[in-house]
Amino acid sequence: MTDASMQPSGTPPPPAEDVHDLRPPRNQWWDVWDQFKTHKGALAGMIVFISILLFVTAGPWIWAVDPGLIDIRSRNQGSSWAHPMGTDQLGRDILARMMYGGRVSVAVGLVAMLLGLLLGTLIGVLAGYFKPMDGPLMRLTDLFLALPLLPLLLILVTLFRDTLEGMFGQATGVFLLIVFAIAITSWMQTARIVRGDVLALKEREFVLAARSIGTPSRRINTRHILPNVMSPIMVSATLGIATAIITESALSFLGLGFPPDFPTWGRILYDGRDWIEQYPARVVWPGVFISLTVLSVNYIGDGLRDALDPRIRGR
Amino acid sequence: MSAPARPRKKLVEVKNLKMHFPIAGGLLRRKVGAIKAVDDVSFDIYEGETLGIVGESGCGKSTCGRAVLRLYDITEGSIRIDGTEIGTMGQSSLRRMRPAMQMVFQDPQACLNPRMTVAGIIAEPLEEHGKLSGKARLERVFELMDAVGLNRNFANRYPHAFSGGQRQRIGIARALALNPRFIVCDEPIAALDVSIQAQVVNLLEKLQDDFGLTYMFISHDLSMVRHIADRVAVMYLGKIVELADRDALYERPLHPYTEALMSAVPEPDPALEARVERIILKGDVPSPANPPKGCNFCTRCPKVMEICHRVDPPYREHRPGHFVACHLLEADSAAHDQSAGSTGATPTNTSIQQGEDA
Repeated sequence: MTDASMQPSGTPPPPAEDVHDLRPPRNQWWDVWDQFKTHKGALAGMIVFISILLFVTAGPWIWAVDPGLIDIRSRNQGSSWAHPMGTDQLGRDILARMMYGGRVSVAVGLVAMLLGLLLGTLIGVLAGYFKPMDGPLMRLTDLFLALPLLPLLLILVTLFRDTLEGMFGQATGVFLLIVFAIAITSWMQTARIVRGDVLALKEREFVLAARSIGTPSRRINTRHILPNVMSPIMVSATLGIATAIITESALSFLGLGFPPDFPTWGRILYDGRDWIEQYPARVVWPGVFISLTVLSVNYIGDGLRDALDPRIRGR
Repeated sequence: MSAPARPRKKLVEVKNLKMHFPIAGGLLRRKVGAIKAVDDVSFDIYEGETLGIVGESGCGKSTCGRAVLRLYDITEGSIRIDGTEIGTMGQSSLRRMRPAMQMVFQDPQACLNPRMTVAGIIAEPLEEHGKLSGKARLERVFELMDAVGLNRNFANRYPHAFSGGQRQRIGIARALALNPRFIVCDEPIAALDVSIQAQVVNLLEKLQDDFGLTYMFISHDLSMVRHIADRVAVMYLGKIVELADRDALYERPLHPYTEALMSAVPEPDPALEARVERIILKGDVPSPANPPKGCNFCTRCPKVMEICHRVDPPYREHRPGHFVACHLLEADSAAHDQSAGSTGATPTNTSIQQGEDA
């Protein structure tokens, strides 16, 4: 059966191959997309992630309820048509709060991850590729790893909060501060992993070949080394989003992050914690959204990592 | 002494090249010694010829090839390519010289970036040095693929999809991209099957004829070097012990190490094979970090003399175009000088006479 069906397609006459002879090299991102599509988990993850993005961006236009509106008479309600996710102890609509809160949480997660990744990759590549910088940069990494996180954040917040709020307004100021604080305390793992990989890669013969061609160091890094350390970077990126969202909620809980009336997923989760026995849904909703975001991003990262590796591609 | 006996032009001149790698040790990682990977090596490569470099593994062949292309910062010595001194040149000015000199690597798997397509790999030197626009560059890539016998349809594939021989062809196409004049082939066939070795070597010879290339062919395969090289240099422990025309070297090796090496070449005829007298060397190669005093080969040489343990033999032209570093020949030529007698003939003259007699 299989043989019979393979037969016609398996034996094209050799000249037929020369028909598409001068086809120009295809942009490799199409190959990446083709491979990505075959990864079912990644595709599902992407659909979920896009839905979440739509939920938090376009959602407030459709569900036009003020998340800060206090309606004390309808507090602690369950699901209903008026409040699909119920209301909290002050009678605020949880669906609206989830939408607005999601904006902040997803934005903090993405931006802090990108920033941390950028910093980590930069330091990792510099330390791995340029020998004299290895010692100082890695000791700096150790220094940051040894710093206790919470006191550092406390100092950061007390020092810079007012200045930043004065410069950018309350919401943006706190956002910048939190993103910066999370990035500055989460780049070390990436830097270490990247440095290790770069150390191994730069001794490979294709880097020597690039040098014999006369490729300058900066292009050796961008063309040969960075694409080959993509896999570990991807992994730490997807894990980074999760950590960033969770750190943000921890900060909000400690009163170091956004102000209490400012909804974020983490804040909603911690607010609901006191009522977990009476109204478990109040904790479940933000918990589910945080988990879904993290999970979907993890799957996207997994699919991307596979799709970016030509050795796995096409299998 | 190195005056050419032929009118041909010297493309590469290497003089007293030394490449020492520091050994760091102790608590403070101070330099405590050096691996003398290449130690005082001199040779010339004439335009259009193939110089074979042979020697056992670890003798510094590859290091020598890489040092000649200045992939390392050399410790000492001078390298002139087409009259331009590149031994002390900085990497940025060296970059402008790169198109003239290229390299084919030993491991065809490792020398190609697994994340780049074949077209991307071959086009990289063109992007770095050429002024070609996208379309012309692609056309050139296709030309190169034709030249090395790769199907044009393979342009979009990745290195992992190719066999060893095909990968080596990709590596050769990349080396050819900038129309180089001088290519260092660093054991280009060592990682290939015997049948593929022949294909690749024939391809290299064809390209040499077509483009007038000059090769420095590093290999430990003596029969292959005999096939492709015009002149052959034998290295031992970082030094060239003998350099001569291929036939002279294979027929009548002068240095005891070369003799031993040549006797190790397998004889395909079983009847002859039984009668081959092999010279078996005793012991191991000394460490290049701590080479023996005097001649490097004195610890294993079957014809070792007392002087070999004290004095490093000079590397001299004992017959025209035949350079050897050995005390045995020093003794010979000294004896010859005395018998040749009173006309005050210099050793050079003597050796030329010898050459004519031969």
